[in-house]
Amino acid sequence: MKNKVFSAQEAVARVKDGDHVMVGGFLQGGTPDVIVRELIRQGKKNLTVTSNDTGREGCAVYDLVFAGNVDRIIADYIGLNPRTGQMMIENPDSVQLFPQGTLAEKIRAGGFGLGGILTPTGVGTIVEQGKEKITIDGKEYLLELALRADVAMIRAHTADEAGNLIIRGTARNFNVVMAFAADYVIAEVDEIVPVGELDPDQITIPGTLIDAIVKGG
Amino acid sequence: MNSREIIARRVALEFQDGDVVNLGIGIPTLAANYLPEGVQITLQSENGMLGMGPAAEPEQATNDLTDAGGNPVTILPGGCFFDSSVSFGLIRGGHVDKTVLGALEVDANGNLANWMIPGKRVPGMGGAMDLVTGARKVIVAMEHVNRNGSPKILQDCKLPLTAKNRVSLIVTNLAVISVKKGGGLVLEELAPEVSAEEVIEQTGAPLEISPNLKPMPILD
Repeated sequence: MKNKVFSAQEAVARVKDGDHVMVGGFLQGGTPDVIVRELIRQGKKNLTVTSNDTGREGCAVYDLVFAGNVDRIIADYIGLNPRTGQMMIENPDSVQLFPQGTLAEKIRAGGFGLGGILTPTGVGTIVEQGKEKITIDGKEYLLELALRADVAMIRAHTADEAGNLIIRGTARNFNVVMAFAADYVIAEVDEIVPVGELDPDQITIPGTLIDAIVKGG
Repeated sequence: MNSREIIARRVALEFQDGDVVNLGIGIPTLAANYLPEGVQITLQSENGMLGMGPAAEPEQATNDLTDAGGNPVTILPGGCFFDSSVSFGLIRGGHVDKTVLGALEVDANGNLANWMIPGKRVPGMGGAMDLVTGARKVIVAMEHVNRNGSPKILQDCKLPLTAKNRVSLIVTNLAVISVKKGGGLVLEELAPEVSAEEVIEQTGAPLEISPNLKPMPILD
């Protein structure tokens, strides 16, 4: 069996300057803080980050933005990260906001082999600017294109050595769709167990999607 | 009774037994404290849970179980967890009966603006656009006027919209106002010691007075 268990340093070394990195989590829930902090430590530059919210004080992704490693952000809510807000004021093109459900579906589409999705969310608002509108059965939808990344950093509670993941509670959030939508997927977990120990009925994310498993804090 | 409590108590009367409800942060969340006897609702939390319970005690608090504001909460028996795609499938797909949100502005056509003030504050829309687009009934719960005393209920919203034509009921500290299909506002109820004239004066759009205008049936 191919080894998937690495140190944070080894797993993050494969990330390149300029990469698009998706970071799972919802504020401080389900965030892969150890591997995101390793991005800062290794000084990865010019990153694009997709995140629900770019974190709040105490979150690694919050510190990543403050550390200046990020050139471009895709998110749905940035109200608790003033540095992201500052980036948006200085250069409106550097921060792209989508409705939360739209962001989740763009990522899901990217991971599920779809070109995009049609959503009624945002019709009649500034969110529709520059997007194609399609009418189906008399109802208007926006065409929102699929989103993929070079790297996904996600968080789970338990992994087996094959990468099968169990996530607890509300920590699922964006971690699930992001696991499908990147070329290189690193899962940070609390616990790593041998293959065969996890109940296949309880797996949240299939192990075949995971390239690297890192034991977190 | 302060104005937040008046609003929360009146909003709670909109819930029917068995409703799936998503409550915005602030006054809307308080409504869950005033459910009428015999009414049980299931709270949906956009970060991935049905059956959200009260705030967690410090010793049970975990980052694996939080509400949409990131605060540690509990889950009630019968509740369940899911990822963001499923959460917004529930919201956008019409599987949430009612959503209650605050507003910066709401207008006579049921348009809502509650996510940005251009040039000042752009926190992002989070899940608000999906909620207002997808929930079966959209209730706005807010103070009737803003901090400067200016009306928040207008003929046309001036701020960027959250969604078009989706609000059907407005509950404030002064009144309950319904939005007619096709547009137009109807004054339905008055808060304690508030007159129709006061409401009309503090509203930035014409109000039709309901033939059944009555006091808010707020429970003590």
